Formats: sequence, structure tokens, C-alpha cells
Amino acid sequence: MKIPAYYGFWHHLGAWLLKTSSWLVLLFLIMPILVIIPLSFNVEPFFSFTEGMLTLQPEAYSLRWYREIFNDPKWILAIQNSFLIGIFATLLATVLGTCAAVGLARDDMPYRRFITALLLSPMIVPLIITAAGMFFFYSNMGLAGSYLGVILAHAALGTPFVIITVTATLTGFDYSLARAALNLGATPLRVFFDIIMPLIRPGVISGALFAFITSFDEVVVILFMAGPQQRTIPRQMFSGLREQINPSILAIATLLILVSIALLITLELLRRRSERLRGVELIE
Amino acid sequence: MSSLTTTEADQAASARSKKRLTAFLFVVPLLAFILLTFVAPIGSMLWRSVHHPAVAELIPLTLVELQRWDGTALPDETTLNVFAQELHGLAKERLSGKLSEELNRAYTGMSSVVKSSARRIARIETEQLATQGAGTLLKAHGNWSKPEVWYAIKRAGAVYTYDYYLTALDLELHPEQGIQVREDTQIYLQLYGKTLNMALVITLFCALLGYPLAYYLAGLPENRANLLLVLVLLPFWTSLLVRTTAWIALLQTNGVINSFLLSTGLISQPIEMLYTSFATVVAMTHILLPFMILPLYSVMRGIDPSYLRAALSLGAKPIPAFARIYFPMTLPGLSAGALLVFIISVGYYITPALVGGTDGQMISNIIAFHMQRSNNWELAAALGSLLLGLILLLYWVYDRFVGASNIKLG
Repeated sequence: MKIPAYYGFWHHLGAWLLKTSSWLVLLFLIMPILVIIPLSFNVEPFFSFTEGMLTLQPEAYSLRWYREIFNDPKWILAIQNSFLIGIFATLLATVLGTCAAVGLARDDMPYRRFITALLLSPMIVPLIITAAGMFFFYSNMGLAGSYLGVILAHAALGTPFVIITVTATLTGFDYSLARAALNLGATPLRVFFDIIMPLIRPGVISGALFAFITSFDEVVVILFMAGPQQRTIPRQMFSGLREQINPSILAIATLLILVSIALLITLELLRRRSERLRGVELIE
Repeated sequence: MSSLTTTEADQAASARSKKRLTAFLFVVPLLAFILLTFVAPIGSMLWRSVHHPAVAELIPLTLVELQRWDGTALPDETTLNVFAQELHGLAKERLSGKLSEELNRAYTGMSSVVKSSARRIARIETEQLATQGAGTLLKAHGNWSKPEVWYAIKRAGAVYTYDYYLTALDLELHPEQGIQVREDTQIYLQLYGKTLNMALVITLFCALLGYPLAYYLAGLPENRANLLLVLVLLPFWTSLLVRTTAWIALLQTNGVINSFLLSTGLISQPIEMLYTSFATVVAMTHILLPFMILPLYSVMRGIDPSYLRAALSLGAKPIPAFARIYFPMTLPGLSAGALLVFIISVGYYITPALVGGTDGQMISNIIAFHMQRSNNWELAAALGSLLLGLILLLYWVYDRFVGASNIKLG
């Protein structure tokens, strides 16, 4: 931060304190994630650094826990399930959410406030309540313990994120573009795909990423509703942390951190693209 | 402006309603989907908290007989005979265990009474029970001669009931005194209080840690701030279980923090940090901190720094200038962040379940306990409905003052 010339001693001290405390908070935020990565290469079955690791001896590190994951059929099934459920839930959430966001952004939408609040509520209602309700309801429907049930549940949890991100790209959307296309004889469907869609695409994609990570990370609904066939990565981690803690959980955690870094980079690129497309500086 | 003719007004009105319909049609698919996959399940939970036909299905005839009973002395012999016959039937169909579980909830200690009486009655012929059932029952266990027990059975047999809400609020219904505070066990109100308390502490920590950081970031040039924001967003995007795992690794008895402190000689004994409410608060503050930083940062970015500079150059002391000029302008961001953090932390389940031990449990954990372990789904539903009511109230406030669709995601 630039410090103006009229600042005295106390100002300097204050600025220094602010900077130091801010960096400590950043450290607090990032440190737990950074600690996991080296620990996942521990040759010993511990969750803490060994003497050898601290003195950087190569034999203290190994890929043992990564091998363990990829040789364990339970983990393989969990990885497959996470992607399978995540992808289908994302598709469903993105299509339904984008369509709804387009409607909600229109000025003539009736009961907009109430409907928006209702459609965003899956994000707010505690997962334990959602999971309990879904367990009762989906069991009656015969959907508990099935892939379809889990996919529907995760899609419902992901739609609010799609609505939020798409609505954000639609604010300030110039509807005269759509009207012009309609006047020139385009069908409404064509207007949607050729005019509206390219402009809101960054919002749609980032909404889809949010929906995916929501499903990919969700464990409470899975705990209550899914059968052993639908165990996902977080479900497997949850029982691992409760029953026998071993560093293979740290290895999978490291892989998940890589997934989040990839998603974060994609999102940042999208944000830049969206700003360029709309020709405005967005303050986010 | 000339007034419209009737036809023109009609045309305008129909054009408008057509537009409204078009807008609505875009929303209909998702609305139907959410109503079916999300609202209906929650409705079924609310329903289950007041609808409880299990006992009524097990002993229907006894309950019909009990309707004639005034509730003061022991029910008449006919009622007891009918009950003995029904218990015989249940024992033969291996359903007496279910009845014992249900009645135990209505009157503590009935589980073993029902089971032992059922075993005894199962050996006697039904015809014999029609006349001697009452005597057999009273001989089987002293509890059967208590009017309170029969009162509890009668109440448990009601198909529609608010008993679970009474239990969830640590209340109970007495035959004479009416609704009063439970004497034996008071756990739920205390747990609600503890949950709110912990959520408040977490919100406070998030504000204390988030505010200076957001202020610092807002003062940096945009490029640099965006770079540092990655350090906020990366944990935000990292799996919840990964972050919880990290805290387990850090806080364990032989974990990273304890080994570090031991090696520096600051402590001689490892500190017990994991499986305490301290662990829950630390881990949840870490998990929810981005929800505080993002709205704060967004509001602070929009504040023109020249206000504060003007106050300072006009001679205001830095702290009053900050408190009276800058801070009020950040309140929208602070309240949006604080409300969101509070709402999310009140209903949190996973992190307290994994790092909280018995000390760091919250209301969600007891709901999960009744869902999975004690199988008292009706009580879980009642506790959940109360929690849901609280959350919806907070959500309403949030929507009114912040707007539900203004939640910051990055």
C-alpha cells in the first residue's frame, strides 16, 4: 500500500500492523492446505512430519500411499462414482439453472423475489435437513441407494450456483440485441443459442464448475441416501477419518487440491474473458 | 397524453401478460424440479415430525378401548385384556421389539417391560388371554398397574402429535399439570444454545480475521490484490473434507502443531486440541472465512479512498476518522458476510462430526444421531424443523437486506 507523505509514526506503525496481520491471516488460510501435500509423501503411516522428512532425507518420502489408492478397488470405485455423479448432476443443474436465470433476469418476471429466494434455498438450508428429508422422501419413491436418486439430489444442490453466476453475467445485458435478431427474422431458439448464449457463456461455465464442485465435495446427502454402490471420494474419506486414519487420505486430498487449483485457474481465465467480452471493468 | 382506447388498453395488457408468461415459462422447468427433488423432501420431513402412525398400527384395538378411559385410575379389565391379546399377536409376529422401542420413547424403561411381558404372554393361548389377560399382565410387571404408563401409551398411539416438538424443546405433557419443563433430561435447549453460541463465536472470529485482510487487499493495486485473492479462493475451492483432514493432521495429539511446539520446548506435554469445541471453532473459522472476506472486499473496493483522506487532511484523528467515515460504509459487506457465515455455521454437520469429539457437537450432529443411531426419525424431524425455522428466518433477513442472489462466489 502506498503511504502518503503526511503520515506520521503511528500511521506507519498502523500500516505495518495491518500488513503483518493480513499476511498472518493469509498464512492461516493457506497453511493447512500446504501442510497436507508433503505429508502425503510420508513413508510412515503418520499424520505428522518425521525426523527424516524434516532433514529432507529421500528415503523418508515415498509414493506408497498413492500406490495404495490406485490399487484399492474401493478408492477406484469412489473416484469413478464421484466423476459419474458429478458430471450428470452438473449437466442437469446447468441446463435447468441457465434457463431459469434467463427467465429471472427479465423485467416482467412475476413474483421474482420469492421465486429467486426459493430457487436459491438449497444453498442455504443445512445439508443435514436436506439429507434427512431426502432420505424419507426418496426411500418412499424407491430412489434411495440408486445413482438416479443421488444425481437428482446433487443437481438440486448445484442449481443455485448456476443461477447466481448466470444472473451476474446477465446484469446489464442489452436486450435490444435479442430484439434486433427477432426483428430480423430469427427464431427465438436461434436467438437464444446465437445471441444470448455466447454472451452468457462464461457465467454458464463457471456456474457449471460450481455445480460440479458442489456435487464432487458433497458428503451428507451421500451418507444418508446412497448405498455402498454409490460411495464417492468424500464419503470414502469420511469413513477413513472416522475409522482408521491413514495417509492414503492425505494422498487423495493432495489430488483433490490439484483438482481445485485446475478449477480455480479455469475460473480466473473465464472471468478475464467475460470482462473482455462485455468491455467493462467488473469490480468483484 | 391522450388516453388509450379500450382495445389499445386490452392489447397492452395482453402483451404484458404474454411477456410475463414467457418469462415464467423459462423458470418453470427448474421450479418443478426443485419442488420435486428438494421442497417435497423437506415437506416430508415436516410431515414426519407431526405424523406418527407406528404405535397406532401396532395396537389399534387397545387404543380404541383407551378412548373410553378417563385417565385417572387404571384402565378397566377389558382394555387390559385387549392389550394382552394384541401383545400376544405382536410377539408371534416378532413385532413386540418394535412396540417396546416405541413405548420406551414415551415412557423411559418400558423397553424391557414390554419385552419380558411379551415373552410371558406369548406362551399363553389367545382364548385364555381374552379373559385372564389383565391378570397376567399385572403379574408380569408392576409398571402395568401405573396409570402414567397407560397415559403414555395413549399419547404414543396418537397418529398426529406434537409430542416430538415438546421433546425437542425439553418439555413434557403431564396428565394433570399440563405442559411443563422436563425434569429428568434437558439436553436439546442447551444444545441449541451451544450451537448458536458457537456460530456466534465463529462469526466473530471470521469478522476479526477477515476485516483487516479485506481492508489490506482493498488498498492494494488491483493486479496484486487479485494475486493475493487466489490465496483466499484456493481454500474456498478446496474440498471441505480436505480442509477438515488438514486440521486433523495439524491438531492431533502427535500432529504437526504439537510436534512443533514440543520441539521448540514451549510445552513439555502435547496439548489435547483435536476432538474439542476448540477444534470445531478453529476448523470452521478456516472453512467459512472466505464467505466473510469476499463480500467485505467487494464493498471496500467500491469505497472511494478520498473520503478517508479528506477526513484525515481536515484534521481528524486516524481512529475516529476510520470509525466514523470508513467503517459505516463497510457495514453492508460486514453484515452480509456475518449473516452468511452465521447461517452456514448454525447448520454445520461434517466438521463438528469429525473434529469436535463429544464436546464440539452441534445441533446437526444430534439430528444425525437420531437419524442413524437411535432411529428416532420423528424426533430428528422435529429437531430439524426447528432448526429449519431458525434458518429460514435468518435467510429472510438476509434476502431483505442483502438479496439472496448477491451471494459472492469469487
